[in-house]
Amino acid sequence: MISPPRIHRNMILEVAGLTMRFGGLTAVDQLSFAALHGEITALIGPNGAGKTTVFNCITGFYRPSAGAIRLHHPGALPTDLHRLPGYRIARAGLARTFQNIRLFPGMTALENLLVAQHNRLMAATGWGIGAVLGLSRYPRAEREAVETARRWLQATTLLDRADDPAGALPYGAQRRLEIARAMCTSPTLLCLDEPAAGLNPRESDDLARLLLLIRGQGTSILLIEHDMGVVMRISDRVVVLDHGRLIADDTPAVVRAEPRVIAAYLGEGGEDEAA
Amino acid sequence: MNLPAALKDAALGALVALGLFAPLVGLRTDVAPGGGLFLRTRWADVAILCGLVFAGRLALVLWTGRRGLRPSTAPGPWTARLQQAGRFFAPAMLAAALVLPAIPGIGRYELDLGILVLTYVMLGWGLNIVVGLAGLLDLGYVAFYAVGAYAYALLAQHFGLSFWIGLPLAGILAAFAGILLGFPVLRLRGDYLAIVTLAFGEIIRVLLINWASLTGGPNGIGGIPRPSFFGLPFSMAGGEGTFAGFFGLEPSPVHRVIFLYYLILGLALLTNWVTIRLRRQPLGRAWEALREDEIACRALGINVTTTKLSAFALGAMFGGFAGAFFATRQAFISPESFTFIESAIILAIVVLGGLGSQVGVAVAALVMIGGFELFRDLEEWRMLVFGGAMVVIMVLRPRGLVGTRTPSIALRERRAIGGDLVGEGRG
Repeated sequence: MISPPRIHRNMILEVAGLTMRFGGLTAVDQLSFAALHGEITALIGPNGAGKTTVFNCITGFYRPSAGAIRLHHPGALPTDLHRLPGYRIARAGLARTFQNIRLFPGMTALENLLVAQHNRLMAATGWGIGAVLGLSRYPRAEREAVETARRWLQATTLLDRADDPAGALPYGAQRRLEIARAMCTSPTLLCLDEPAAGLNPRESDDLARLLLLIRGQGTSILLIEHDMGVVMRISDRVVVLDHGRLIADDTPAVVRAEPRVIAAYLGEGGEDEAA
Repeated sequence: MNLPAALKDAALGALVALGLFAPLVGLRTDVAPGGGLFLRTRWADVAILCGLVFAGRLALVLWTGRRGLRPSTAPGPWTARLQQAGRFFAPAMLAAALVLPAIPGIGRYELDLGILVLTYVMLGWGLNIVVGLAGLLDLGYVAFYAVGAYAYALLAQHFGLSFWIGLPLAGILAAFAGILLGFPVLRLRGDYLAIVTLAFGEIIRVLLINWASLTGGPNGIGGIPRPSFFGLPFSMAGGEGTFAGFFGLEPSPVHRVIFLYYLILGLALLTNWVTIRLRRQPLGRAWEALREDEIACRALGINVTTTKLSAFALGAMFGGFAGAFFATRQAFISPESFTFIESAIILAIVVLGGLGSQVGVAVAALVMIGGFELFRDLEEWRMLVFGGAMVVIMVLRPRGLVGTRTPSIALRERRAIGGDLVGEGRG
């Protein structure tokens, strides 16, 4: 049984009736779920279940065919993400990483993290003009930005590689740097698209620790992941999709035992095999 | 490198030479005494040439110990050496530019050449903002040069504005033209962007030719006022109110040339200064990030539209400044000065210099414009030498003279980043 969507005071992301069609194909069908403040919510499902489509709708890379996506702020009106252009979504407090890493390879790790703080720095420069003339609060703002970057480099154990070009870092380090870059935008919700893909078990453990640290600092996390070890260990809530529909939304322990989830992952066994 | 492999490599080289020289040298048509044509063969010469190629290639391969020239964009020993030299090179070049008019033996011709080179240095630096930093391939940059030149010429003619008021206005109008071009091309990338900017450059030129009531059409605009030295005109008459009279100098036409030289030097340095400052600031970093990955920029909350437009506008503004300078120096402008080949030369300067590198662009402008003048004695071979030089540079240094990128900020040590990692921009 699917419980009705949880309406909760502590909600940070609310997805209501989300539908996404590509021509005749309905990739996501009437999906409703919520992510709570201070939690790690995992979005899982077999290949082609529509996870990345949901993700792209939330982060503004697709415009949904129907439904609403809202980002809630404590003590303020929610933001309607489905109406905002892509770059405004990031400014509303939602940061993302990409399944295939998208760093700025020719810029150093530090520069990558400073680009992420563009909007805050830009405000301090008085739209670039003041800073060219050396008239503004820019130097202090930049020192603070470098300090923030240094903190996240430390948290992702990349401090030694701060002045190396991002494209020359090993794969696992690039993954961590992308998370650090997303965190430098000071998001309230961090969306990760398969952060453990291609990592070895030790790196996966490090990643899990990093995500728990981020949650501990007050940023909620929504993640798509295939590595069930990571998902079950760190998630507070697991949302399972199959063929664009919600089939389970509960704690990891309950989801693991849910027959529909097992069926979706192992194939619709039952009557087919009997026949 | 072992000998058999070297021999094989040299034999291959000789084979290529045979293919080339057999028709080029081996066969020759001559006029027979009777008046008819006959084919003369010179196989001995071909054999000698192929032998030379074989020996030369063998020596080269054995000497260098590797298989041919291997172009690489990663920073090699050469790059490190260039960078060490570069630390002194840029100030040395600046000093040479500053004292050039005072060097004995520098006459009017050399100063005029210096002004020409500096104009292209400035245009190169202006285009470098758009192509080198923001990664937007602009094939119509000369349009902004034209807008600046015509803006100043028309403002001076119709409203009697002096150069010092016309210059910023020309820059602002060119920046508007840049934004005007920017809007329709915002969603275009790579080749498509290049085509539209190319068309924009041509539209401006055709407009200048056909809007005869305003621009004078193909006849151009003449009698554009010359710049004054803080209100003191350069005049051969001498007298109280002129530059020569005020400073008690013998009136000389060289005064104006020297003044124009320092004027364009100042304008070029302004372009350089603004670019260097912006590179270390959020706007400049956002441009470079845009060149590296536009989608990631959007995910980080960077407004891609305004960032691109600001690059177009700023690049166009410096083009407009250069245009106003061109108009006041020539005192006459016509659409012929703003053809596509100018855009191509400016783009070639930026690409040869190395995308995003200020020093590289300056050197490339010096080589392209100054070198072109040096080869004047070679007459019809000039274009051949010129084209050959460009090919050699691109083979040896595929990412331009300065193919590395210097980080804008560092925690500890600023190290150059190899060109193979730096994006070229896809629009």
